Amino acid sequence: MSKPTLATVWLDGCSGCHMSILDMDERLVELSEQFDLVYSPLVDYKEFPAHVDIALIEGSVSSDEDDRKIRLVRAHTRVLVSLGDCAVTGNVPAMRNPIPVPELLDSVYKGNGLLQEQVPTHCLPTLLPRVRPVHEVVNVDVFVPGCPPSADTIFTIISELLAGRVPDVAALSRFGA
Amino acid sequence: MNPAPAVKTLAIDGIDVSASSDQTILDAARENGISIPTLCHLDGLTEVGACRMCLVELKGSTRLQPACVTLVEEGMEVTTRTPRLEKYRRMVLELLFAERNHVCSVCVANNMCELQDQAKAHGVTHVRFPYRSPELPVDVSHERFALDHNRCILCTRCVRVCNEIEGAHTWDLLGRGVNSLLISDLHQPWGESDTCTSCGKCVQVCPTGALFDKSKVGGKVRKNPDFLSYLNEMREGLR
Repeated sequence: MSKPTLATVWLDGCSGCHMSILDMDERLVELSEQFDLVYSPLVDYKEFPAHVDIALIEGSVSSDEDDRKIRLVRAHTRVLVSLGDCAVTGNVPAMRNPIPVPELLDSVYKGNGLLQEQVPTHCLPTLLPRVRPVHEVVNVDVFVPGCPPSADTIFTIISELLAGRVPDVAALSRFGA
Repeated sequence: MNPAPAVKTLAIDGIDVSASSDQTILDAARENGISIPTLCHLDGLTEVGACRMCLVELKGSTRLQPACVTLVEEGMEVTTRTPRLEKYRRMVLELLFAERNHVCSVCVANNMCELQDQAKAHGVTHVRFPYRSPELPVDVSHERFALDHNRCILCTRCVRVCNEIEGAHTWDLLGRGVNSLLISDLHQPWGESDTCTSCGKCVQVCPTGALFDKSKVGGKVRKNPDFLSYLNEMREGLR
């Protein structure tokens, strides 16, 4: 029997949750023998596979690109995990929500003594009017709050899911911590 | 002159207890080691029943009652933990998180916050309601303290401690419902308040990061609301 497949996805977040995954240190080597990592910013696969058992999502849904990606991931994933406060609550990326997008872009790309004032229009994803937590866009199976969730928490979550159990997340982590 | 309080007997979570008729269900429960979750309650301040975390079930009634403002009655049968109550307590917490911008990760009270503690205790791992993301100001005009409306849960502990203990009544609430806002004096910057004595009691009793000491930002400083019972006992000559 082939191993379960695992993917990790990076939407609008600081990559701190992925750093926390790496922070499992040598336990990651041991754990990685139990799954195949089929998609992740940490490896070089370009396309999201047709079937993934567990997908860990870091980051909120902030752009049309995030929106397209998370719907694709959901369609091909059995257990979708919102990993960290950005995915679970919107967190820091969502702090822009009270500000209309045109005002936001103007305040970043214009004024401030910039030599070439211009709001970028090419090759960059378009910002959505509001940053949303992942579960406002697609169905989420497991919520892991934390900024970031600790390596211990992530180790326990992955181990439990691989063993076919639903982890008791509230006992492990919380908003902010 | 009120008549002398009588002794009432009642059952809380199946445990027979006795209490004085002027005691609330919350008082009686805590005296008997039965914990009921609270947010707006603070020992030493009057009760307002604002947060609804302490809702309990009473036998013979379909309505849930807040334990902090419901007096004990003879023969009462109180239940403090049921799936129905837990459902509502989780909902209360989620609505508080959705109402304003509680960004725990960058909050001055992260890891020292009663709202955050309650969320963990009640298994709130996410908020099912859409976040309102309101635009709210931060008042840093006071020399020593600051008020961040984004983190305020309108528990009114600060209003009560300023009025009842310090006697200054600098704080009050403006508006109704979701538009309520904590204001100082006649809605002027805190730093320009004529009544504020800068005693800092409001900061110490605030359960979240709404009121904080500017000099302690970034430090792991836990608030100390425990002085209230001591001050009350001093005032009443019990110490």
